[in-house]
Amino acid sequence: MAHAVSVKDPLDVEVLRKDFPLLARTVHDRPIVYLDSASSSLQPRQVLAAMEQYYETTHANVHRGVYATAEGATELYEGARRKVGRFIGAPDPKREIVFTKNATEALNLVANAWGRRHLKRGDAVVLTEMEHHSNLVPWLMLAEAIGIELRYLPVDADGRLELDGLERALEGARVLAVSAMSNVLGTINPVPTMAEAAHAHGAVVVVDGAQSVPHSVVDVKALGADFLAFSGHKMQGPTGIGVLWGRAELLEDMAPFLGGGGMILDVRLDRFTPAEIPWKFEAGTPPIAEAVGLAAAVDYLHGVGMERIVAHERLLTAYAIDALHERLGGDCRIYGPPAGGDRGGVLSIAYRDVHPHDLAQVLDQFGVCVRPGHHCAKPLMHRLGVNATARASVGLYNDEADIDTLIEGLSHVGTVFG
Amino acid sequence: MPDLEELYREIILDHYRSPRNRGELPVPPAHRVEGFNPLCGDEVVLSLEVADGELRDIKVAGSGCSISQSSGSLMSAAVKGRPLSEVREMIKTFKTMMTVHEASLGDDRTTGAEDAVDPEPLDFSKMGELAALQGVVKFPVRIKCATLSWNALSQGLDEVAST
Repeated sequence: MAHAVSVKDPLDVEVLRKDFPLLARTVHDRPIVYLDSASSSLQPRQVLAAMEQYYETTHANVHRGVYATAEGATELYEGARRKVGRFIGAPDPKREIVFTKNATEALNLVANAWGRRHLKRGDAVVLTEMEHHSNLVPWLMLAEAIGIELRYLPVDADGRLELDGLERALEGARVLAVSAMSNVLGTINPVPTMAEAAHAHGAVVVVDGAQSVPHSVVDVKALGADFLAFSGHKMQGPTGIGVLWGRAELLEDMAPFLGGGGMILDVRLDRFTPAEIPWKFEAGTPPIAEAVGLAAAVDYLHGVGMERIVAHERLLTAYAIDALHERLGGDCRIYGPPAGGDRGGVLSIAYRDVHPHDLAQVLDQFGVCVRPGHHCAKPLMHRLGVNATARASVGLYNDEADIDTLIEGLSHVGTVFG
Repeated sequence: MPDLEELYREIILDHYRSPRNRGELPVPPAHRVEGFNPLCGDEVVLSLEVADGELRDIKVAGSGCSISQSSGSLMSAAVKGRPLSEVREMIKTFKTMMTVHEASLGDDRTTGAEDAVDPEPLDFSKMGELAALQGVVKFPVRIKCATLSWNALSQGLDEVAST
């Protein structure tokens, strides 16, 4: 997003696919066609190997022992923090990266640890109609608890945010919390512009990067974010680890989140002193192997090149949109913006009036993995006037043949529900 | 694709395309009960008219996939006008059919269900058209779609009984 995409040397998907063991399996005697990366991505063997090697040679709890493996584990864990920080252009990776369970926990951390200290009854938080429940429910919970006001930026017919009312919505607002890319529509929101407007009103900018970080070149400074949340398993890493990046001065001035071991400096029977950031927010034994795996995923993405990944996925998304329209005509509807610079590789599809569950069921017989449902964005579903969609989403390992199989499967739906 | 044909049998598709007892009844005298599948957004709204120990009338509204909607339609046709005791029995039989022992699904399935207690043998032949939904058990994630309206019916009858 921050960098122009210019790639002379395109991705060799055929070679890259060999890194992903799961792509070698068959489903119902057909090769698997994995089009559900927006939900969870696949892991290259490099990530799996790094985690296995960690458990086989270095495993110990971090931050405590003085023996060699404990020191080794701590170094790997803290090294992962620095690596992830550099990946998103964090100015102070050692202090600004908090490891969480997933992006959801990272967003809950902000709503609670920052929100409860700095927000009071009547303060306004600006959200959008396209937010994932993870950037919606924590704020609704806070509204219930302390009576903050929630304002929503609407979504237009093309699946883009209506920004005409942005200035008005930001009037007196304390927070703008927005997804950088919709997990339903693929819309890439103009976060830098929105963040600039929010900052002019003195609001703090919370960005849900669960979809954007794996599929764009991210620099938190260019993004204009104050907080950025994302998940490891959506970016070729393992499940069980997420990331919160926050500007150091904001993290400093926050209440602790979960209490327990590791997050304290001192504890007495009547009081405690929290640890320094980022450990202040990491109670209990952290996801060490997962951090090692995430660092390996970052190395992998870095080795392939994020610019090349973005270029590949953009071309493939354009191919998919064209091919679906050309070969299925009016039978197929794709929600969200047309192919272009603000269109990520998430395709919410309707086929005739066949229910998304039935679509996904037929596609499964072709080995095609898509997700039916509301995608944890029920308010957006209401806005679109549907209960559910069938969502196909691309990753770096997908190619045109995957899209062709998707279309073959969709064509077969007509013969079952004709 | 034999598995698909087993799931989407003609009777099921017929009830999906032309649902029976579609609509709602005025409340009161009818009792209204809703069922939601929070995972997929399917919903069913039942209107139940109970009198003299009978389910006099039933209407089904809502939206969802072919399995959830046809199951609601098939259910309404099966239970309408029946004594409540029979309806309760059908609910039990249907739910048993939907929790059939994994081992009976065929050799290509991993069982891992040795601890599961075999359900009492029930006579599915009395289920009539409802037996068409038996194919659903081969697709475990769709079982919730098939049982959605039955769970709502069970809840609705409990609510009626307690008022």
